Amino acid sequence: MTTYTRTKSKKSLSRKGLFSRPAKPYVHPYFGGAVLGIVLFLAFFLTGNGLGSSGATSRIDVAIEDAIAPAHVDKTPYLLKMAGGDKNPLDDWIVPVFFGALIGGFVSGTLHGRVKLETTKGPNISNRMRWLFSFLGGVVFLYGARLARGCTSGQALSGGATLAAGSWAIMLSIFASAYALAYFVRKMWN
Amino acid sequence: MNFPLESFIAVSASNPWTYVVFGLIGFAFGFTLEMSGFGNSRKLAAQFYFTEMTVLKVMFTAIAVAMVLTFGAVALGILDFGQVWVNPTYLASGILGGLIMGVGFIVGGFCPTTSLASASTGKIDGMFFMVGGFVGAFLFGETEKYFTTWYNYAGYYGRMTLDQVFKLPVGVVVLLVVLMALFMFWGAEQLERIFGKRDLSKEPKLRFAGAGALFVLAVGVVLLGSPNLEEKYNRVSITRTYVQEAPEGATEEELKALEPIKVQLSPDQALAQREMQISPAELFATLHDQKLNPVMLDVRPEAAYNLFHIRGARNTQIDELSAISKELIAENTPNRLVIVMSNDEAAATEAWKVLVAESVANVYILEGGVNNWIAFFDEADPNISGVLDNSGNDQLDYVFPAALGDRYECSDPSPMEFEELEYEPKIQLQLKRDKSGGGCG
Repeated sequence: MTTYTRTKSKKSLSRKGLFSRPAKPYVHPYFGGAVLGIVLFLAFFLTGNGLGSSGATSRIDVAIEDAIAPAHVDKTPYLLKMAGGDKNPLDDWIVPVFFGALIGGFVSGTLHGRVKLETTKGPNISNRMRWLFSFLGGVVFLYGARLARGCTSGQALSGGATLAAGSWAIMLSIFASAYALAYFVRKMWN
Repeated sequence: MNFPLESFIAVSASNPWTYVVFGLIGFAFGFTLEMSGFGNSRKLAAQFYFTEMTVLKVMFTAIAVAMVLTFGAVALGILDFGQVWVNPTYLASGILGGLIMGVGFIVGGFCPTTSLASASTGKIDGMFFMVGGFVGAFLFGETEKYFTTWYNYAGYYGRMTLDQVFKLPVGVVVLLVVLMALFMFWGAEQLERIFGKRDLSKEPKLRFAGAGALFVLAVGVVLLGSPNLEEKYNRVSITRTYVQEAPEGATEEELKALEPIKVQLSPDQALAQREMQISPAELFATLHDQKLNPVMLDVRPEAAYNLFHIRGARNTQIDELSAISKELIAENTPNRLVIVMSNDEAAATEAWKVLVAESVANVYILEGGVNNWIAFFDEADPNISGVLDNSGNDQLDYVFPAALGDRYECSDPSPMEFEELEYEPKIQLQLKRDKSGGGCG
């Protein structure tokens, strides 16, 4: 299996510990998928909610806005739904899921020797350009995710598993436009 | 026990364990994404150049596994699908949002959750994506007002699943999705062989066993079918809360310590204890309460409904209730309650049982039915005459001169005239999942 992050294990100079272990290969995609499927099922089974994260991004934004400009939040119906009255925008199941995912990713990276300050990119693009496009991609993706009321996790994955009709339409749209655009940005990745 | 667990449907400060449970779910989510390689944008982007189909493989394996397990648990009757969050369908904003997300995906190299796994393992591009995400979500919050009507109504179908779209039994759809996923895996491996120069003979043979197991489970879901109404009804439990009476001469602290008692009742017990029958006075108060959203279902024959009904009641027959309950679940709000009524109570009670079995929340019966309503509010309306019979056999007790429907005075009694009615309140809104309560929202 090809693994891109496996760097030629630099001989760590002095400290040998959690963060200097050799990078291990990623698990097989079907195995990873099966584990993810079981996690998703347990989420539905125990709580009735699926997985997600883009909702938390939005809620954290609203919490900051509510702290800085509460009057503005009170005038914007979309924000008001999350922060109106005595509602705390952070009081939602998706917020602990968001922070849990951050920690979970970090722990897995640590255990598998993949925590390293680096930039993952294609060979023909500079770091700065890659950062710029990452940033822009994030802006665009989250705008679309809020428009669609969920991202690849909240819609494609969770809605896909519960057979939600709209989620399947969203999943197909994501793949359709990414494939349609892939040729034009091939220099970024290949 | 019935899943999902009611106490874990939403986070609440009164139960800190909810944060732990959702935190652990998130932890497992992030861990799995990272170990599958989703912290690496190149691995994600490779999907769109056919060199490495990891995204598709992980995603569809996860969807297929979670779907088979979820619908298997539903078919076995241990999971209540009415309580599982199903993303409502907003076709227009969903498709446009999806197309926009695709652009973000191929340009940014991540999706929101994978950027978390990436940023937390030190990938600088993942961090930039995450920061960009906060900006994008902020921009959406600020611009939603310019297209809010379109956003909330265009192509809105509510809670709609693929089995409803294709009019197939849900088990068959599950099997078809599994077959489609397996076919896509085969196709993905062929593409990897051609574009990614991968040697398929080195792939683990175990994956065939996994595919077989998934297929067998999906066939099992088809064979199990859906639980019937009676099985669903027997699993319902209704929570009633009672305020404890204070002992004589209790101090203030003792009064505070008096917790309300929660009792779980089976639906038959709740009926027998008359917990679900609300008086005409309570229904009247409910209809005029701005905070509540009552839906009245009149299950009498159409002829009786045409003679007389309460204004706003919707006529429906018992055999239509399963379809109506899907609508009701799709448009669930925490303040919505459903009141069923017949001439007396017999037909209404049957209707109540169907709705409860279909896990519609907050369903009540009009005590004594329409007859009781007329008896209570009829201030000697000259148009309504005489008691025909009051044997309680679910027949109309009154004679009407014409089929005036809801144009009698007591179809919609004046709130001025009946301002302060006394009644024993029975309605206790059960906080169930509402339309905006789940998903990524």
